[in-house]
Amino acid sequence: MTFPARAVTAVAVVAALPAPLLVSSFVTFQLTLVMVYGLAILGLNLLTGFNGQFSLGHGAFYGLGAYAAAVLIDRWEVPYFCTLPVAGALCFAVGFLFGMPALRLQGIYLALATFALAAAMPQILKFSPLEPLTGGVQGIVIAKPDPPLWLPLDADQWLYYFTLAVLLLMCAGAANLVRSRTGRAIMAIRDDPIAAAAMGINTALYKTLTFGVSALYTGVAGALGAIAVQFVAPDSFTFLLSISLLVGLVIGGVGSIPGSLVGGAFVLFVPNVAEAVSTGLAGAIYGAIMLLVIFVMPTGAAGFARIALARLATARHNRVKS
Amino acid sequence: MGRLTRRTVLAAIPGAMSLAALPAYSKKKYDTGASDSEIRIGHTNPYSGPASTYGVIGKTEAAFFNMINEQGGINGRKIRFISYDDAYSPPKTVEQVRKLVESDGVLLLFNMLGTPTNTAIHKYVNQKKIPHLFIASGATKWGDPKNFAWSMGWQPNYQSEGQIYAAYIMQNYPNAKIAVLYQNDDYGKDYVKGLKDGLGDKARSMVVSEAPYETTDPTVDSQIVTLKASGADLFFNVTTPKFAAQAIKKLAEIGWKPVHILNSVSNSVGGVLKAAGLENAKDILSAHYLKDPTDPAWKDDAGYKQWSAFMDAHFPDGDRTSSFTVYGYTVAQALASVLQRCGGDLTRDNVMKQAASIKDLELPMLLPGIKANTSPTDYFPLSQLRMQRFTGERWKLFGPIITGAVQS
Repeated sequence: MTFPARAVTAVAVVAALPAPLLVSSFVTFQLTLVMVYGLAILGLNLLTGFNGQFSLGHGAFYGLGAYAAAVLIDRWEVPYFCTLPVAGALCFAVGFLFGMPALRLQGIYLALATFALAAAMPQILKFSPLEPLTGGVQGIVIAKPDPPLWLPLDADQWLYYFTLAVLLLMCAGAANLVRSRTGRAIMAIRDDPIAAAAMGINTALYKTLTFGVSALYTGVAGALGAIAVQFVAPDSFTFLLSISLLVGLVIGGVGSIPGSLVGGAFVLFVPNVAEAVSTGLAGAIYGAIMLLVIFVMPTGAAGFARIALARLATARHNRVKS
Repeated sequence: MGRLTRRTVLAAIPGAMSLAALPAYSKKKYDTGASDSEIRIGHTNPYSGPASTYGVIGKTEAAFFNMINEQGGINGRKIRFISYDDAYSPPKTVEQVRKLVESDGVLLLFNMLGTPTNTAIHKYVNQKKIPHLFIASGATKWGDPKNFAWSMGWQPNYQSEGQIYAAYIMQNYPNAKIAVLYQNDDYGKDYVKGLKDGLGDKARSMVVSEAPYETTDPTVDSQIVTLKASGADLFFNVTTPKFAAQAIKKLAEIGWKPVHILNSVSNSVGGVLKAAGLENAKDILSAHYLKDPTDPAWKDDAGYKQWSAFMDAHFPDGDRTSSFTVYGYTVAQALASVLQRCGGDLTRDNVMKQAASIKDLELPMLLPGIKANTSPTDYFPLSQLRMQRFTGERWKLFGPIITGAVQS
């Protein structure tokens, strides 16, 4: 991490800490959802941004994680924080297994295969033999987690901090991963799979592993989302969710970890902004905003910030020189 | 509230005297979302996404409250109808409802659409004690005042409708052998439960065959063949539009001609019967509670004219052949009547109290004789329907109004 990037991260974390104490509980809830979507987009980013594999099906992993958490809490009264590792492990396994046949598919063909996964998800969740577990179309209502007694926080604030902690942990994990030897291998495959293979990288293994890790991140986000929303139903996880995650990925910046959070904010807030402008034309306005953003920031928010910081540095450099 | 001076007190006397006769109006009490000038009402509806056809309902309601405001509001207070898009996605509903309650500060939530979407906020609104009125879903769980005192349904629920068909069968076909095709979810099961409850002890002997289908099934052909083979002579068709059309067609194909009862979910002429072939749909029975705006029989009806005038003046873009505009108009009138009766006591407690004491409310577009009724133990405002038979062109009402009161 370069100096300005590190500074920006530090400022963001410091700003995030007192936020729920300053805003209403509804806004706190929205900020929690921003982090949840940001984390889900980060998962997609690991796959698409760093490894170059497309997925239109991450909504399915999000849903799987959400259901894992809801079922564990509802059926077996597992404490909510224990559901995250289980949801993550389950999604890792499913993602890894799905990644194996997906190896044969490239680019848009892989996108289509993953899209099938997203399209099938709501129907699988409604499937009657699974109903004792999933609650069928009715879904599962879960109770809101109480904050620990020794903390003077309400449930929304507590959930915010809990989500923030998980997010920071997983962001740190992702940052370490992409900077490691493994991360360089993952990115080498994106840049040139043949050259990567020639250097001795086991591309098949790395690609399936990346698929698994990516699903893990999105699955943990799904579990957090279920706990925040307190309800899961098949209609919550339609293919539109997968599209939203992809939109957030591109807007935030492909291949950027902080960009994922910007994408999360876009996915949550911009439809509301569009609706506030005009209810009837909300879809069109959302589209227009999206076009505008892509036009102004063709490399997403992260690319835009990088360019802006570089310009600033150059300007300062020139001023010092003159 | 202005300062209390001698002059304001004197000025208030004549008003206070006239109000003294109406104790309900004598005291002004407000909760969040109500004031001397305004009542804020929260609403969500899918305006985008796969269920966006229902968006017409929200638009009709907005147009209705605009009309009310032009006419001076309710008891002098303007209605602010805040309607957000939830795209039929439960997480979005949670977000929007929290916005309505915590940020916009609405007095009550009204006619929010969908079973999963309302389920997502069911607990929340009851914990927060926000009136959650006239929910736009036929699920039976919206009438559970013991456990969810703040949530109330609106339309005849699926179980009630099932009971009404049972009552009709008992009267007209007491020896029928019944075959049931139903969607394998809470909606389908609610109907089947209503039918069996209505048949009572005879359910076991009369229902000779039941075949569920999944929404993922490509067709219901094999179910129809199985049901026919059971020797049934009465077919109860509990399906959503696409499968209803398939079933009607398949019946004609294999030459099975039982008495055919079709649930109201799929009794749209344009959406279902036309697709199945109008000649195949002849003599199908169903039930309804609203006036069909395309039925020429209502041409000179006062209620129809009132709705028609509203559509012309306030919602000229609205679809006049759609039952959704009739639905939105009618349910909004019911809310207006509840708020009217609240008078100056616009607390959430009183809104719930008035909503749970609707007595024989008749509305212009309800079928003549059908009345809304509620009580502290009955949270189903509408539980009456009238039978109708398809002539091959349109539905023709017949017989008396039948009540199927399901209490939970």
